[in-house]
Amino acid sequence: MRAALTVLRKDLTLELRTFETVPAMALFSLTTFVIFHFGLDRSTVSGQLAAGVLTVTLLFAALLGAGRLFVAEREQGGFDAFLLAPVDRNAMLIAKAAALFIFLAVLELVAVPAFALLLLGPPLWPRLLGLIAVLALADLGIAVIGTLTSAIAIHTRARDLIGPIVGLPLLIPALIATARAAGPLLQAHSSGSPPGKWLAVLALYDCVFGLVAYAVFDFLLQE
Amino acid sequence: MTSYGKGLRALTLSTVATVTVALALVFFYAPLDADQGFVQKIFYLHVPLAIVSLCGFVLGGLLAIGHLRTGDRKWDLRSYVAIHMALIFGIGGLITGSIWAKASWGHWWVWNEPTLVSFLIVLLLFATYQPLRFSIEDPERQARYASVFAIVAGAFVPLNFIAVRLAQQFVHPRILTLGGGNLPGSMRLTFIVSLIGIALLYATLWKYEMAAKSARMQARRLRRSLLGGDAVRPLGRSAAPS
Repeated sequence: MRAALTVLRKDLTLELRTFETVPAMALFSLTTFVIFHFGLDRSTVSGQLAAGVLTVTLLFAALLGAGRLFVAEREQGGFDAFLLAPVDRNAMLIAKAAALFIFLAVLELVAVPAFALLLLGPPLWPRLLGLIAVLALADLGIAVIGTLTSAIAIHTRARDLIGPIVGLPLLIPALIATARAAGPLLQAHSSGSPPGKWLAVLALYDCVFGLVAYAVFDFLLQE
Repeated sequence: MTSYGKGLRALTLSTVATVTVALALVFFYAPLDADQGFVQKIFYLHVPLAIVSLCGFVLGGLLAIGHLRTGDRKWDLRSYVAIHMALIFGIGGLITGSIWAKASWGHWWVWNEPTLVSFLIVLLLFATYQPLRFSIEDPERQARYASVFAIVAGAFVPLNFIAVRLAQQFVHPRILTLGGGNLPGSMRLTFIVSLIGIALLYATLWKYEMAAKSARMQARRLRRSLLGGDAVRPLGRSAAPS
């Protein structure tokens, strides 16, 4: 656990010093909202359409962040150093998934208010708590799958291609559940609580892939 | 060195026999569907193809566990061939499904049809298996990463079906419910024989490809030891285990 915390602290320090990943993700999301505005030709969206726009934007921004996750390790020889250290290899999975989760949470602190300001028809406040619950569960799944596919892709020749094409289909169930859970929330007259069925699917997704990733991650780090 | 040629003849013959019986049952024994007529008979091809291909994907994941546990590359070859065959069967299932959808619902593609949609998602995921393998040069790493992918994707198959099924209304006839479904007896018998036939076909093709691949590897190894390393041309980059 201490190893994971150390790697996580290293990643967060790196991000705080360079401001490389999260600002790019936030900027990407804002641009995507503008594109959706013109692409859909709407000044406000609500309900399932709003949920779709928000989920897709966050998902693509997350793929952007996931692609950067292991770049420093690969370029600076961090993998070798980590393998030489007498620590559990899954510490890397936990640290990287936690880092991606934090990146996503910070991204959403910017992107969700911006979405409410730019595109969302109904006001954000009454549904904020429900949306936070949905997004937290979604971020967990995205963080785990993003870390796993990024770790697979980083050692391939076409890593910028392999990461997204493997990650996207794997994330489709999470995307379905997130969009369906957020859809009723973002309707004009919403009860403010997300549908439990979809929260359960998201939680199941997070559990299954969390366990699978924990079981197989070891093998991605061997030399 | 396991010999995959052993029992291949018996397996092939029983596959031919079962598929012949299945086709005979489909065309001469099973009754015509009351409202879909003749085109419903594609069901005896489409559903077994889809089921066998999904089982093949999961099997690929299970075989990949063998590779990660033992570190023996022959498990990777088995897993590769299982997924390769399942992909081919899956594309067959998708095409026959599309034809059936056109004939009975009037559209080539029906979005509010959970089984078809989840099947497409699974295929999209497994379509990245070969590109992933192809872009890793070191064979040992390629085998390891492909196994990790196969396990994750194998776990993905059932989860994906749950998510997509919950998201849509049912249009598809639910023929494989736990209660036995609503197929009349003669149709069910035909369906089961077809399913066995297609499963045997999968097993036979798997065995053939395994036999061919391992024979080729063995031949390379023999040539190298007899004629020296220079006599054997180095393999090009390949998605298949080598």
